[in-house]
Amino acid sequence: MFEYAPAPESRSVVEIRSSYGLFINGEFVDPGDGGTFKSINPASEEVLAEIAEAGPADVDRAVRAARTAYEQVWGPMPGRDRAKYLYRIARIIQERSRELAVLESLDNGKPIKESRDVDLPLVAAHFFYYAGWADKLPYAGFGQRPTSGHSGADPRPLGMAAQVIPWNFPLLMLAWKIAPALAAGNTVVLKPAETTPLTALLFAEICQQADLPPGVVNIVTGAGETGRALVEHDGVDKVAFTGSTEVGRAIARAVAGTRKKLTLELGGKAANIVFDDAPVDQAVEGIVNGIFFNQGHVCCAGSRLLIQESVYEPVLASLKRRMAQLRVGDPLDKNTDIGAINSAAQLDRIRELSEVGAAEGAERWSPECTLPERGFWFAPTIFTGVTQAHRIAREEIFGPVLSVLTFRTPAEAVEKANNTPYGLSAGIWTEKGSRILWMADRLRAGVVWANTFNKFDPTSPFGGYKESGYGREGGRHGLEAYLNV
Amino acid sequence: MTATTTSDRSDLSELGRSEATLRAFLHGLPGVDQVGAEQRAAQLGTRSIKTTAKAWAIDLAIRMVDLTTLEGADTPGKVRALSAKALRPDPADPSCPHVGAVCVYPSMVPYAAEVLRGSTVHLASVATAFPSGQAPLAVKTADTRAAVAAGADEIDMVISRGAFLAGRYKEVFDEIVEVKAACDGAAAGLPGSPRAHLKVILETGELATYDNVRRASWLAMLAGADFIKTSTGKVPVAATPPVTLVMLEAVRDFRDTTGRQVGVKPAGGIRTTKDAIKYLVMVNETVGPDWLDPDWFRFGASTLLNDLLMQRTKLTTGTYSGPDYFTLD
Repeated sequence: MFEYAPAPESRSVVEIRSSYGLFINGEFVDPGDGGTFKSINPASEEVLAEIAEAGPADVDRAVRAARTAYEQVWGPMPGRDRAKYLYRIARIIQERSRELAVLESLDNGKPIKESRDVDLPLVAAHFFYYAGWADKLPYAGFGQRPTSGHSGADPRPLGMAAQVIPWNFPLLMLAWKIAPALAAGNTVVLKPAETTPLTALLFAEICQQADLPPGVVNIVTGAGETGRALVEHDGVDKVAFTGSTEVGRAIARAVAGTRKKLTLELGGKAANIVFDDAPVDQAVEGIVNGIFFNQGHVCCAGSRLLIQESVYEPVLASLKRRMAQLRVGDPLDKNTDIGAINSAAQLDRIRELSEVGAAEGAERWSPECTLPERGFWFAPTIFTGVTQAHRIAREEIFGPVLSVLTFRTPAEAVEKANNTPYGLSAGIWTEKGSRILWMADRLRAGVVWANTFNKFDPTSPFGGYKESGYGREGGRHGLEAYLNV
Repeated sequence: MTATTTSDRSDLSELGRSEATLRAFLHGLPGVDQVGAEQRAAQLGTRSIKTTAKAWAIDLAIRMVDLTTLEGADTPGKVRALSAKALRPDPADPSCPHVGAVCVYPSMVPYAAEVLRGSTVHLASVATAFPSGQAPLAVKTADTRAAVAAGADEIDMVISRGAFLAGRYKEVFDEIVEVKAACDGAAAGLPGSPRAHLKVILETGELATYDNVRRASWLAMLAGADFIKTSTGKVPVAATPPVTLVMLEAVRDFRDTTGRQVGVKPAGGIRTTKDAIKYLVMVNETVGPDWLDPDWFRFGASTLLNDLLMQRTKLTTGTYSGPDYFTLD
């Protein structure tokens, strides 16, 4: 047997302070009412740091700082100068990527190979990409500039953006929010998730290191109440939220009837569709990547596997064999494939829905794996014999749990894939190009991957249909959410 | 093809009967998505193998080396020296294992055989008009018989890539069958000598697509190959991780289908311990421990051995020795 010896990434590359204040107007400050909460390492339940909890007065202070910075510094600044700051931030992120990756894995529980090879390269790429747009906004297709003879105005920033992000990709979601907002000339107040605030606070230090003018980026930490105070604040021009559909609905209600513009990126229950002519070995990799990447804490995860009946057994056998190779454990070990579940609350939800799946008659299977005693862990799991009527086929589990269904014809695959209130992503596996196009035309999902899954690129727009939200992030389309067009 | 249970095992021996059945079968294999295969191979390359795992992997890799010299300038003296090294790769450390085999041209087999006789190091000879394979079949089989008669117990043959690329699968199949028959020592006039193992070189650098690599792998296995090997080392592109991955998937699926296990040998371009360990990780996570054995996985290499020895010494002594401490051949 080839036993891999432990290969832990050193955590000494990152210095975690014992406590963190709020980042307002370019400095770390104590919260007005002095409330704090703790951020823990989900792989060990060890406390990493005490974090300030922002109350309404703190949020107000942050919004005012952002407003002032927008009116006096960032809004009037020429695009090419804004770009210089964004390029500088991008380069510092690259230089400090190891530090950021280790911190992300500590606070979030994701394996270091993902934070190092996926999250951090994408974070830097987003800043580089949008830095490039900062001085080219009139040519992004929203203003009149490219067509001569018209005298339309160039697109203007919206002003001050309130941004609330989730815990599954803490730094990457920060980049998706902050990079386009700043490139377009807006200032921001961002609230990271309460279980994963640390990389956002390290990002605040990077803003200081880059000499970003005070108030352009403000970070307020806290839970749901802080987020509510932020999105409901009168001084906010734009709200951007990524998270659950339930909270997204509440935010949509809160901003209804105001001048605030809103983009929402919410849940998903994506179908990953495998046809009988699929490249089987790569399809199995894609299925595994689709649902077990980031412990399945991915809004666009391929959580419903639709296999054509004629290849159901061989594909399932290959999938099980591949799952037996997955290494669950210490997120900082460079050979770990599946890390810790982010929080006790999330683990409870995954357990509850899995129990419902078994109780409703689906057959549950996990490869043999030993889970650590402390921390929050869930073995990679598949359910077979699932039908459209099962709750595990309808509700977002947001964990390493895959529901396996079958279909006979392409039309049936489309019908089942679309039979969900969500519509964020979908995957198609077939060697037939014409079928990919036929399917992509009919799938109601914001992203359709063909013979791959969970591929992200800053140049490519990302967003949902139906209850998966509205608006697009990434690419030229992502600028629209931050411009008055 | 994918995992099936023992009871589903199929008899594929009739497939070679006609061009049509071979073609239908080979073209019915699932495709290989290039992007996905390369991505998977790259991911496996990021495994971090340290300390005890590294020591274990280095010793295994040494045992899997087919220590090779295939030059027009080869002399009996060089081949004797190489064979001596195969037996005792690190004269300073008796705990160092010997390599899997020595691999030479047919004319050099007698000199290697002198040195290796009585040891468990195998003696491989390339044959069949290596490396191009551009010779009449009668010449190829004569080449093979001569190597076996001279003492080779492993034959590394090349397929006719031209015939394969032109879709003449039956021709390639029949050649392998003929060469396999020529590997039989008894038939070569050596009563009691064992049948030489047949390694079939696909020369993947000339096959252009992973789909072709998969088809050629199956074709060779159907025709009776004991091992499938990537390359001759004589064309610009030799073994690569994705090509080896596709071949490992093929031997895995072939065993699931027929019950017969076939070995894999990446050859050419593997020069460092780091590279060798990446291949072992790939074997471990694609086909499992059954193939982590010199009987089922080999490295065709010449310079790799010295790097393995240097890393081995580094692990046991804690310091790097200069290259002067390792023998050059």
